[in-house]
Amino acid sequence: MRVAGKGLVDRSDTVTFSFDGRSYDGFAGDTVASALLANDVRLMGRSFKYHRPRGVLTAGSEEPNALVTVGRGAASEPNVRATVQEIYDGLQVRSQNAWPSLDFDIMAVNNLVSPFLGAGFYYKTFMWPRKFWERVYEPVIRRAAGLGGLSGAHNPDSYERAFAFCDVLVIGAGPAGLMAALTAARGGADVILADEDALMGGRLNAETYEINGKLGHVWVAEVVDELAEMDNVRLMSRTTVTGAYDHGTFGALERVGHHHGRRDEGAPLECFWRIVAKHSILTGGALERPIAFQNNDRPGIMTAAAVRAYLNRWGVSPGKALTIFGNNDDAHRTALDLAEAGVRIAAVIDSRTDVDIKGDYPVYRGAQVFNTSGGKALESVSIRTINGVEKIQTDCLAMSGGWNPTVHLTCHMNGRPTWRPDIQAFVPSEGAIPGMVAAGACNGTFSTHGCLAEGAQVAGKVLGMLGKKQPDLPLPQAEDAPYRMAPLWAIAGKGRAWLDFQNDVSVKDIKQAAVENFRSVEHMKRYTTQGMATDQGKNSNVGALAVLADATGRGIPETGTTTFRPPYSPVSIAAMGAGAQGKGFAPERFTTSHSASVEAGAPMIEAGLWYRPSYFPKPGEKTWRQSCDREVGYVRKAVGICDVSTLGKIDIQGPDAAALLDFVYTNMFSTLKVGRVRYGLMLREDGTVMDDGTCARLGETHFVMTTTTAAAGAVMKHLEFVAQCLHPEWRVAMTSVTEQWAQFAVAGPKSRDLLNGVLDTPIDNDSWPFMACGDMSVLGVKGRLFRISFSGEHAYEIAVPARYGESLFRELVSRAQGVGGGAYGMEALNVLRIEKGFITHSEIHGRTTAFDVGMAGMISAKKDCIGKVMAGRPGLVAADRERLVGMKPVGAVKLLSAGAHIFAKDAEAVRENDEGYVTSVCFSPEVGTYIGLGFVKNGPERYGEVMRVVDHLRELEVEVEICPPVFFDPEGGRARG
Amino acid sequence: MAELKARTACGDALPIVIGAAQLTELDLGPVTSVTAWGSQQELSAAMKAAHGMAFPKPNRSGSKNAARCIWFGRNQALLIGAAADASLGEHAAIVDQSDAWCAVSLSGEATEAVLARLVPVDIRRAEFKRGHTVRTQVGHMPASITRTGPDSFMILVFRSMATTLIHELKQAMQSIVARRA
Repeated sequence: MRVAGKGLVDRSDTVTFSFDGRSYDGFAGDTVASALLANDVRLMGRSFKYHRPRGVLTAGSEEPNALVTVGRGAASEPNVRATVQEIYDGLQVRSQNAWPSLDFDIMAVNNLVSPFLGAGFYYKTFMWPRKFWERVYEPVIRRAAGLGGLSGAHNPDSYERAFAFCDVLVIGAGPAGLMAALTAARGGADVILADEDALMGGRLNAETYEINGKLGHVWVAEVVDELAEMDNVRLMSRTTVTGAYDHGTFGALERVGHHHGRRDEGAPLECFWRIVAKHSILTGGALERPIAFQNNDRPGIMTAAAVRAYLNRWGVSPGKALTIFGNNDDAHRTALDLAEAGVRIAAVIDSRTDVDIKGDYPVYRGAQVFNTSGGKALESVSIRTINGVEKIQTDCLAMSGGWNPTVHLTCHMNGRPTWRPDIQAFVPSEGAIPGMVAAGACNGTFSTHGCLAEGAQVAGKVLGMLGKKQPDLPLPQAEDAPYRMAPLWAIAGKGRAWLDFQNDVSVKDIKQAAVENFRSVEHMKRYTTQGMATDQGKNSNVGALAVLADATGRGIPETGTTTFRPPYSPVSIAAMGAGAQGKGFAPERFTTSHSASVEAGAPMIEAGLWYRPSYFPKPGEKTWRQSCDREVGYVRKAVGICDVSTLGKIDIQGPDAAALLDFVYTNMFSTLKVGRVRYGLMLREDGTVMDDGTCARLGETHFVMTTTTAAAGAVMKHLEFVAQCLHPEWRVAMTSVTEQWAQFAVAGPKSRDLLNGVLDTPIDNDSWPFMACGDMSVLGVKGRLFRISFSGEHAYEIAVPARYGESLFRELVSRAQGVGGGAYGMEALNVLRIEKGFITHSEIHGRTTAFDVGMAGMISAKKDCIGKVMAGRPGLVAADRERLVGMKPVGAVKLLSAGAHIFAKDAEAVRENDEGYVTSVCFSPEVGTYIGLGFVKNGPERYGEVMRVVDHLRELEVEVEICPPVFFDPEGGRARG
Repeated sequence: MAELKARTACGDALPIVIGAAQLTELDLGPVTSVTAWGSQQELSAAMKAAHGMAFPKPNRSGSKNAARCIWFGRNQALLIGAAADASLGEHAAIVDQSDAWCAVSLSGEATEAVLARLVPVDIRRAEFKRGHTVRTQVGHMPASITRTGPDSFMILVFRSMATTLIHELKQAMQSIVARRA
């Protein structure tokens, strides 16, 4: 219910939302949790394993119980914490992990059979029969135990990633954080202040503390206003710093669109920030811990600080008659605040005997709550005092077992927190994250004065390290009450006393782990699943350690903690992958002829990041094969045009350019004449073929190397490695010119005639013989011409600066069409090269040697080259290695498939009999059948042998005859003509 | 006689203005990659003599009249807006790159916010001043970024990636506007 005169919500702004289909009203500034509590809705979820009814436990991001699904359809978001989700008009919220409804959940039967479902139950029970685990047990268990589900549809929301840099990152905007940020900012540092809440201020918005005689939240607003005005400050609210990484790098998730229904075009739902800070100040506050006792999980039982937050920040009392139970002075603030607001208090119970408590309500000293009753809402609590047992009627229990500093981020680089016995809690260890200092409650300093002072002090220290002066900033006046508490973890008694609410882990489970010798804290965690839910054990970790320590007869510091890892709170995978949705996955590289190819109806295929035309369909053609065969015909009979700009082109210059080439290629390049091109083969250090291509000598100290499309980057890296590391004394420089030149293959018997129509100076066989190259001028534009061939035909490659690429492509294609030719795509290109037995990365796939591809003779004996020694190892030149051959079908089946394996004719098609594999296949119009390239043991020695080719995946079996890999014009006369 | 028509990397996709940021294609004139294979000192002296600019230090650029020279990598600089003098060829590889790079200018008040969505390095005004340059990434694309003014940057990516560059920048520009709404 709402409490008059309390809260920071805007009561003039009513907001309507729905929960499980029912409509509710709240106010602007409410979370789903506060608005539901205001409407007396306390049942908000079902527990993970036993489907026990649950309400909110906390008022923040650590919430383990009130997980809901927000939105409908494809954009719905599961496992949103009701304590974090702000309400807006039209917001739709659904409960999860309950069927058929939250109120009546059939799976609650798990709760009745709970004696059998304790920790380790699954490991012990579903061991047999083994095959049943994956098929039967796991799916059933997963369905019963679970969180919310994804819609299964494509996520229509957009996400964003961003980068930020600063001198000082302040994490958490409570009193310590605000004071640190203000000090650092006034001192002239570049500051980012990040806070997970929509409203900065931390506990100051949830308490009735005064600062400088003003209410805490008023002081907060003044400081935030001042910071917002400063150029050197970036305020990031709704932003959770989720991880601390190397070199002052932090991950942070900003909730950009979760708090309003209207999302503008292009507006992200979330933004994942990478923040790099010279220094960081952790002011993340502390989390109140629950106390474990029987049935401490009924809706209506929450932490004492959460009750104060609901009252002071949202103007909501979570009950009509409240009971407070704690082991520290802080808990009494809840009673004082409630009493002042006029809410009835049923009882205040303190586990300590030596405390002085004043209040106009029943007070029990030295007493403990040991059980509760009620179904889907709390009805009463049972307490044990020195006088005996008593039952107190109450609908809300506020409990406090003390505070745990939020040390999580300081553990992300494997730091371990330090146990402080005086506050019975872990605090950050100094230097756990380089450049980070902790201040305030997260450092174990709990008074408001202490937080403000420590915030100012650490900021001053950081300013000093940045070489800046600490500004003269008076410390505001605030309360400085000591934090007094006596440890209280679990109340002795029967039944299940819950520790980890989110994973349904009880005190009994922890004890059972110890009994079964899972005594190490990490083993206990895995055995019981304590701390493994989405809240990462924020509410249960220290409590569980205390119970384990007790059960194993050790102290808490000796028991130690489990490891906190990023993220601090859940981060959607979509946010981490932001920018990579759809085409954002990788850049698209388009050739200059791209639009001309697309206009011609060519389906584009990816080659690395490039897009290349597969084939150019003509009206009447029903299959790609028809187009491909026609395009092959262009090149064999007339002239074909193909964009080959995607091949890597590396300009190599310098007095030692030739020496470099001799060193990286197996064959000799220093002897190549200026104006000539040579084919070259390149090995890796291990002797395996790396890449192949042609290299043209344009001048005495000037070469242009071409690489395959896919290996362009790798070859460039390789050359740089050689030049920088192996021969730094060489005077040579490499420059990629792949992008500078648009290059087109002009191939076929009519290629020279076509070129002479566009070249400013015509060429003939004497001026431009096979493997000649040089500068030329085409239609008034200076370019380069290479007489090289990947089709076996009389062919050229013509290159012009990329700005003229599209224009030249259209001109060449149109002229080719005039003489019975035209453009050809990748399919035809592939057929042409297979017919000639030319290799690609299908053959030089990273496991084959020069010997395997029949090019052992290309490794020059006159010089050394990379890979030469390793390529000569006996195993790499053995005759029975799988070596390159050609093949054609000779049996009834005429189809070949790449990837199929090769066996002796009468051998069984099993792995042991494997004799090779097929790498490339095509239908050859020239041969009239399918042909293939592949590798077979003893390769060339088996020409003429009939073998069996089996493709187990496509269930294809073919009889082939092994033959030389060159099917067409083996003498090569056509290319020279 | 047919004539070859020149086409810029971005064509008519630019300019665009979205919110407080505008994106235009730049005509850089001649662009030459100068990569020292010999002494960088001698090269620098030759550049000073021929172009009035020393070889730039890492992450820096220089300018003289209409010409600029930006650091472009190890031993490498990009000479923009003037044809490279032949004398440089005695110390360095001189390679025409006039058509290799797509060059755009991103300017306006929202520029830094837009780039923060795509560029993983520190380009805050106090750290990355006018004339500072960096080889980095725009999204997944290798890029060169140079600050040309208080609110303007020159961005270079491979010519073949112009479409993706425009798409990525446009998306970031839209997201800034959508956030403000």
